[in-house]
Amino acid sequence: METTTAMHIANGIVDGPVSAVFAVLAAAALAFCVKKARADLDDRLAPMAGLVAAFIFAVQMLNFQVLPGVSGHLLGGTLAVVLVGPWVGALCVSTVLIIQCLLFADGGLTALGLNITNMALLGTAAGYLLVAGLLRIMPKTPGGLGATALIASVVSVTVASQGFVLQYALGGTTDLPLPAVAGTMAGVHVLIGIGEGLIAATTVATVARVRPDLVYAMRRFRKPATAEIGVPA
Amino acid sequence: MGAGHAHPLHLQRDSPVHRIAPEVKIAATVLFTIVVVLTPRTEFLAFAGYALLLAIVAALARVPGGWLARRATIELPFVLLAIALPFAGHGPRTDWLGLSLSVDGLHGAWNIFAKGTLGVLASLLLAASTTMRDLILGLDRLRCPQAFTQIATFMLRYLDVLADDARRMRIARLSRGYDPRFLWQVKAFAVGVGALFLRAYERGERVYLAMLARGYTGRLPAPEAPRPPVRQWLAAGALPAASAGIALVTVLS
Repeated sequence: METTTAMHIANGIVDGPVSAVFAVLAAAALAFCVKKARADLDDRLAPMAGLVAAFIFAVQMLNFQVLPGVSGHLLGGTLAVVLVGPWVGALCVSTVLIIQCLLFADGGLTALGLNITNMALLGTAAGYLLVAGLLRIMPKTPGGLGATALIASVVSVTVASQGFVLQYALGGTTDLPLPAVAGTMAGVHVLIGIGEGLIAATTVATVARVRPDLVYAMRRFRKPATAEIGVPA
Repeated sequence: MGAGHAHPLHLQRDSPVHRIAPEVKIAATVLFTIVVVLTPRTEFLAFAGYALLLAIVAALARVPGGWLARRATIELPFVLLAIALPFAGHGPRTDWLGLSLSVDGLHGAWNIFAKGTLGVLASLLLAASTTMRDLILGLDRLRCPQAFTQIATFMLRYLDVLADDARRMRIARLSRGYDPRFLWQVKAFAVGVGALFLRAYERGERVYLAMLARGYTGRLPAPEAPRPPVRQWLAAGALPAASAGIALVTVLS
């Protein structure tokens, strides 16, 4: 059950001042992302960003059983950074969180800063750093990209879950033993990360195989000749 | 797309609440929730007052209580965590029906339950009375950066595309005698997920190119709506104002 909490923190789990600090932090970071994303958000990336957001939204509804009584869902940060890059990726995940919060009452409104910090900022940042680093040594093939996405997903989900532990330590409204919270969160989220990683890996590998022009993370490694060829599915 | 602008939580009604401009409603919801979260957790009367305020709004919006209650179950996972708190918490303990409960944990559980429920109900009322399109329009008028509203607009359009394609693929699997249970459903999903993504992208890409050809510039043409009249701000502002009043009275007394 703590899993669901980490995915979406409700109102009142972390106290007001800490929520406010993280809300300011998240707003500042997102403003920076908006600035950086403006250069990225071209004709090709705009619909892709929308689809990535819709996809994340959809797969977040798909809960998979991790342990008896514990179900988790994907965060989608790694998928987003591979396909649309870190800045637009963070915006995609935040958009999903904001819409879920306003329209689907999922996750507390004042906990939005906390949720965005964990899932949209921490998760995507960890995912992107790993993807960027790993792609230097991994083979630049669909398979290599899939493996990269798998590893990055596991780490990014676990990092995001530890963001909740940090916030709980700073402003938890109740006094739970912290090592136990941290341990449970990390353990459960490694499993969720593997599930997320498998889905992210198949998705990006398929996209890289059929429409390599759509993969943001591979732009740096693409040879100019193949860049213009979009093979229809 | 014609019917695609509603969402599962929208409740088509003609009520004063539905007619208020979306940006006004968003602002009122945010302010109300902030007041709720800032209220000290032992001010039990204040929470009763907030619930009463929401009940008045629900009645004005002609949203039935049963509808709200059913949709509020989205909160259940959070409440489950809250139930564990009185047993797991530290500090002074109290005995109740032979159970030893932590006082801090009890207050914590109440805190999560009360604030979470009020927040969910407020969001549900906003969702019930606002279409997705209006919500994005409202965010746009509240000076939300265009990168966000653009992503959100596409996201909401692609959601239908994704859901339809996923349903087609599922029906195709079922009609070929595929009937998995439990974890094995994940396998079919994972194998098909890349195909689903590409199919949806290519559908969406066509829609996007058609939009560009018709003069789309990154912002949906909004009908030039006049700025919401001051009385709308006053009417919607009554909710956060009344809740702030309740908070002040209970804290001071």
